[in-house]
Amino acid sequence: MIDKDFWIYLLIIAGSTYLIRAVPFAAVQKKITNRFVRSFLYYIPYTVLSAMTFPTALYATGSVVAASVGLLVAVLFAIKSKSLTLVAAMSCLTVFVCEQLINIL
Amino acid sequence: MKDFTKGLKSGVPIGLGYLSVSFTFGILAVSYGFEWWQAVLISMTTLTSAGQLAGINIMLNPCQYIQMLVSQLTINIRYSFMSLSLSQKVTREFSGLKRWLLGFFMTDEIFAVAANEDAVTTKFFAGLTVFPYLGWTLGTFLGAVLGSILPESVMSALCLAIYGMFIAIVAPKAKESKSMLLVVAVAVTLSCLFYYAPVLNAVSSGIAISVCAILAAVFGALLFPVKEGCNDD
Repeated sequence: MIDKDFWIYLLIIAGSTYLIRAVPFAAVQKKITNRFVRSFLYYIPYTVLSAMTFPTALYATGSVVAASVGLLVAVLFAIKSKSLTLVAAMSCLTVFVCEQLINIL
Repeated sequence: MKDFTKGLKSGVPIGLGYLSVSFTFGILAVSYGFEWWQAVLISMTTLTSAGQLAGINIMLNPCQYIQMLVSQLTINIRYSFMSLSLSQKVTREFSGLKRWLLGFFMTDEIFAVAANEDAVTTKFFAGLTVFPYLGWTLGTFLGAVLGSILPESVMSALCLAIYGMFIAIVAPKAKESKSMLLVVAVAVTLSCLFYYAPVLNAVSSGIAISVCAILAAVFGALLFPVKEGCNDD
């Protein structure tokens, strides 16, 4: 990694990420009244997270089976409780246990 | 102050989640040949998961500035929609310079928690950003410096943390409303198509995520528009 390159890259990645977040936030001060746009904005965060999770998460750990069980556990816990930490911790724990079991079998 | 404290508390689980996710980023960056301070600096100035991951892959090659810009814009375009969405929910005093400063912290999870509020004050949002930012920075540092100490089995399990958090945000909403469930199902189906189907799977994952999310949200907005006069269902 060339040093000069790193700083240029850092400027691009940090600058573009900042502007893409801050400009719409600062520029739109009025309430949007268009029903379609409002509905679109209501759904977008959830569709982003869903598309980021499936199917990529299946391949995030050492085993597809363990990841699948971990995600299933996450869904079950998420329906019961809204604690992000609990859900994330349970899914990790499940993967850990599953992978140990797979290694033993 | 009450709002700030409330925000701080709401940020704790995000901070913990970020700690483990950025830990993975720290390990990865060092394994790619970055110095620990470079990994930490990227995390402190950028504060995003998918974008940073794609970013360090591009940084391995010299002078791919345009590629870097295009990949960041496509992966991160979702933040514009989130910012736009939240601009509709903030209180009147949350304006001007405050938006320019706090807009920096618009991550998926911070947005999701803020969007669950009826109205977002400056103090609440400021409090909400503290632990996620600390967690993201500290996690990167720890991963970069001592990542290699942890056994592989623990690392592997930790990789699911971020997705568990995503599910914890989406699942309760999908349970509450049938239209949200359908919209989420469309997003997942499209995303699977882009992952498995020939031709489509040649599209880079950053672009694919944006396309799937936008199409599914348009589907929802056309078929199940939200009620007039309220922000939430």
